[in-house]
Amino acid sequence: MQKPAKIEHPEGEETRTAQLALAGEPVAEFKAVTKRYDSIEALNKLSIELRRREVVAFLGPNGAGKTTAVRILLGLTPATSGKVRIFGGAPGEFAARSRTGAMLQGARVSDSLKVREHIDLFRSYYPHPLSTPDVIRIAMLEDIENRKVGQLSGGQMQRLSFALSICGDPELVLLDEPTAGLDVEARRGLWAQIRGLKSAGKTVLLTTHYLEEADALADRILVINKGRIVSEGTPEQIKAKGGSWTLRCRTHLVPEILRSIPTVCGVDFDGTAVTLRAGNTDEVVRLMLELDPSLSELEIARPSLEEAFLGLTDARQETLSA
Amino acid sequence: MKPTVLTTKQTNAVYGTETKYECVKLFRTRSFSLTTIGLPLVFYVLFGIVMQPSFHDNGNFARSVVACYACFGMMGATLFGIGVGVAAERAMGWLDLKRTSPLPMAAYLFSKCAAVAIFSVLILLLLVATGVAFGGLSLTPVQFVAMLAMTVVGAVCLAPLGLLLALTVSASAAPGVVNMMYLPMAFLGGLWMPLSILPHWISKVAPALPSYHLSQLMLRIYGSGYTDKLPMEAHWSYLAVFAAVTAALACLRFRGVTK
Repeated sequence: MQKPAKIEHPEGEETRTAQLALAGEPVAEFKAVTKRYDSIEALNKLSIELRRREVVAFLGPNGAGKTTAVRILLGLTPATSGKVRIFGGAPGEFAARSRTGAMLQGARVSDSLKVREHIDLFRSYYPHPLSTPDVIRIAMLEDIENRKVGQLSGGQMQRLSFALSICGDPELVLLDEPTAGLDVEARRGLWAQIRGLKSAGKTVLLTTHYLEEADALADRILVINKGRIVSEGTPEQIKAKGGSWTLRCRTHLVPEILRSIPTVCGVDFDGTAVTLRAGNTDEVVRLMLELDPSLSELEIARPSLEEAFLGLTDARQETLSA
Repeated sequence: MKPTVLTTKQTNAVYGTETKYECVKLFRTRSFSLTTIGLPLVFYVLFGIVMQPSFHDNGNFARSVVACYACFGMMGATLFGIGVGVAAERAMGWLDLKRTSPLPMAAYLFSKCAAVAIFSVLILLLLVATGVAFGGLSLTPVQFVAMLAMTVVGAVCLAPLGLLLALTVSASAAPGVVNMMYLPMAFLGGLWMPLSILPHWISKVAPALPSYHLSQLMLRIYGSGYTDKLPMEAHWSYLAVFAAVTAALACLRFRGVTK
């Protein structure tokens, strides 16, 4: 495996890069997988690999194919063509299912059973499940374990769904939009639990369209759009590929001059301040200060994952339609 | 490496746990439990006790009515419990989640069948208790056990139809579709009123329906008091074919919806 290059990074990136190097052998893979529903192509020759002890995020807009890929991996629907392997076998086989846990988007459980009863039932399916008290503790369901599901809030339901995904003590956990519809506090809570899975040596694949979530949790991001991978890398690598720095200040320099500065790719003036997007802000700032020493209220923001993501998915779309 | 296969003990436990929680769920779903138990009981009280004929007939009338309403109750429990229940679980995504787990499909199907069979037996017990207390019903122990067995067999024969419905109609349409199917089936099969007092054309249609064959087999437990002309084998053959065909269609349908 290639040694990742050292890049300028904020706190956490060095740890993430080091951890990627520690990630183990493959637990699941797609090789040129295509999935067609009648005339719609949901996945187009998708190839991915999931390894031990890593958190991988599938990042993409709605309809990109994230849920389709997860469903194929779980054996819920077959691929139209290509090869899918999970723990060395075909998806849907007993051996694969007994080592995998899943949280399906929008899936609800029976209203009339209690939280504890659902956990008792679901864990009974697995050969070596976690104990019910452990599951309740990990998923933070202590206060509501005897409540019927019909009486739970959205956030509590998600915690139960998460509990069901880990109760079998699986090696691979697939989470499809795990924090959709949750408030900020509940989302952060679930993030902490997902980080806990990685510490326990598991592989996690999560699909999300929340960029902040992919940035916060993933060792590796697979950006997917229209059934294809458009980019792959650590969050920092993705940002470096698609983003530009943002610069905001008050200056008397007119937009025409600003646009002519090398590496500047966008200029907006809102009446009081000007906002620039540029590749090399150091040079841009030096030149602007030379031209206008009275420049004030300077703010510089690093590339956002959102810009990188939008840039990557738009660029890919242009290439495809060309 | 940790075991990835269930031991025999664990597998048996899964069948048991799945069935247990299926029963708990059915009992707690008031819309199901009250209707499925209440309807046959109410019908029995009205048509079997209140409208009882005044002549003495060795208790044949009382037994016939209990037999028919036991079948009616078993049909309702099976078609609603499985037809509506599985349709709802499909719509919720709950069935998909179970399919991602190591739960064997056989255990899932068994639990559904077993739970509605248990419900059907409960309905029979309530009918018999009511009949003995208020309806002049008398049964020998052998007849009673035979009725229990027939109830379970009937539930198993109708279960594939319930499954086929659940895989074919949407969760919101399922209750309506089941009602439209099971009420006419009960009436035309002679479960509510004996075929002898209904228009002649109904007697011609009845042998096409599982309700007719189930009730005839149930009535034969008493050895007399029924007017069916077909041999017993014909009824069993029909039920076997009916169960096999609906099961095959359900399988095909399952493959179709999981493409």
